[in-house]
Amino acid sequence: MTGNFPYLVVGILFVMGFIGIVFEKNLMKIAIAVSVVEAATNLFIITLGYRSGGSIPVWTMAGSGSSRMVLPTPQALTLTAIVIGLATTALMLSFAMSIYRHYGSLDVRDVRRLRG
Amino acid sequence: MSWQVHLPALLLAVPLLGAFLAPLTALGGKGLRNTWFVLVSAAFTVIAFLLWTRVGSTGTAIYVMGGQGWNLALPSGMSIPVRILMEVDAFSAFMVLLSAVAALAGALFSIAFMDRFSGLEKFVALYFLMVTGMFGMEITGDFFNFFVFLEISSVASFGLVAFWRDRGEALEAAFKYMLVSTLGALMVLVAVAFLYSKYNVVNMATLGKVIEWGMVEKTALVLFLTALAMKCGAVPMHMWMPDAYAEAPAGVTCALIAVSQASLYGLFRVTYTIFGAFMGSPVIPWVIIVLGVLSMFIGVSMAVIQKEVGRLIAYHSVSQVGYMLLGFGVGLLALSDARAMAEYGFTALKGGIYHIVNYTMYKGLLFLSAGALYYATGCRNLNDMGGLGRKMPKTMVLFMIAAAAIAGLPPFNGFVSKLYLYESTFAVHPILAVFAMVTSVLTLASFVKIFQTAFLGPALKKFENVREVPGTMLIGMSVLGVAILALSLFPTWSVNHLVEPAAKALVDQASYVGAVFAASLTGGGL
Repeated sequence: MTGNFPYLVVGILFVMGFIGIVFEKNLMKIAIAVSVVEAATNLFIITLGYRSGGSIPVWTMAGSGSSRMVLPTPQALTLTAIVIGLATTALMLSFAMSIYRHYGSLDVRDVRRLRG
Repeated sequence: MSWQVHLPALLLAVPLLGAFLAPLTALGGKGLRNTWFVLVSAAFTVIAFLLWTRVGSTGTAIYVMGGQGWNLALPSGMSIPVRILMEVDAFSAFMVLLSAVAALAGALFSIAFMDRFSGLEKFVALYFLMVTGMFGMEITGDFFNFFVFLEISSVASFGLVAFWRDRGEALEAAFKYMLVSTLGALMVLVAVAFLYSKYNVVNMATLGKVIEWGMVEKTALVLFLTALAMKCGAVPMHMWMPDAYAEAPAGVTCALIAVSQASLYGLFRVTYTIFGAFMGSPVIPWVIIVLGVLSMFIGVSMAVIQKEVGRLIAYHSVSQVGYMLLGFGVGLLALSDARAMAEYGFTALKGGIYHIVNYTMYKGLLFLSAGALYYATGCRNLNDMGGLGRKMPKTMVLFMIAAAAIAGLPPFNGFVSKLYLYESTFAVHPILAVFAMVTSVLTLASFVKIFQTAFLGPALKKFENVREVPGTMLIGMSVLGVAILALSLFPTWSVNHLVEPAAKALVDQASYVGAVFAASLTGGGL
């Protein structure tokens, strides 16, 4: 029913995230761009497991009509990936905060003491 | 059923327990915390050693978490490979052993090195988490867990790189490292998803059995290759490596090296075991070879011009990773051709694997001695140092051992692995061997530079009060020093017992796949 539309969204989000990471100058915006890539990845996995018209993936001995289910594994994977994403985003933002304290700026062009 | 079947699980459980109990031990004071730090590190090293001997004697170890077999049989009779699986073959066991030794040395060194800082219970906790992630990457039998362990070790190491957060540079390095790592991990996840979309499994052995060669697989392979090459510091994305390695506390860097080797392990698990002989075209092997040559050359030429000890040694890591990529790339090139494999492929692979263990040992020791210099003098810049050989003779001797080994001077272990690489890469194209040799010469040059400026020369007045570093730091360094000497003095033994089984396991895709299926047929791996 939805066709390839979700994959298109995943692709667009992915590209947007990458462009953000490469071209943004602000550390906060870079952190946001990483989150966008993360979201795209999660959406991708969930979409892979979706079966049009499928029911929730719970087996009962009684059998509840539809034998068509969405795949449970991708959902489990995504849950884990979301938790990991939360940890990395939080850490990244706190790094950005501490960097601001030391350098007085969030601009990547100013945060460049390590080079060569 | 002996208790030894549980070794793979214990290998993860022990450092994990160590991590979560570390903050509690801090309540008992400094002594208890340090005892815990050493005790857990020693415990996982012993477990790693036992696991290695067990895999050596009884073959690939399969461990299914929380179940007998790795299949779940449904009432309908359909069986689904769902359970979480640990698979330890000779290559994994080899990686686990050397990572454990590096982590033990880093832990011993850190006790005195970090003594003047606060918040050490968090340090210990993060250190053990990083070690757990590293072991997990090396023994897991399924791709999603590989991603999870990759993230565990990465997130813990971000915290450790930024441990000295009063230094802006440490935070900057950690942010850079984090950006590269997180992106890499997400790419791994997307690659796993691609493979899942076609085969509905994330189990490595099952994938290795059913995989075909199509567009989906190509995409996944390229994503894996890019992500893991980024994580192990190959050239186009190497810039995080010198920053993170030089800014992290020295004991952490020693373990970080082992973590980056775990990514390298992942790269070769994917290319050899999953894709293996299916990779008919030589494109991917050549990409790996070219990445290797570029890393070698660019890494070393950046290293020669550095003035800061840590950064100089860190740039050498880039060039040393290049050697391994070169060896594995040549091995991969020869994989589908039995004659080429016998002629030069297997030698290249042996060289690459031997270089992994050598690199982890001597590079760890180099970073620890750089840390010792920093601990004793408080300076990082080579231009400020001089005449320290008189004050720190033991550190000097250990540094000399490591420097001779990395430069590949004949009696040392670095020479043996490099010789394998020269021999085999020459058979593919002479220019590869030429690059490898030039890199080796430049490596020697830059270590002569450190040795000469830091240790030799007249004693400087400002270093009058410098003394040799404390005993525990020397013990940590000696662990690696002794390992280097042992590998150097018994090259035949180490090639026959350490390197060859690992190389054979890596080439033999069928046995990795077969071990899992044999285990599930006999009703479980326990």
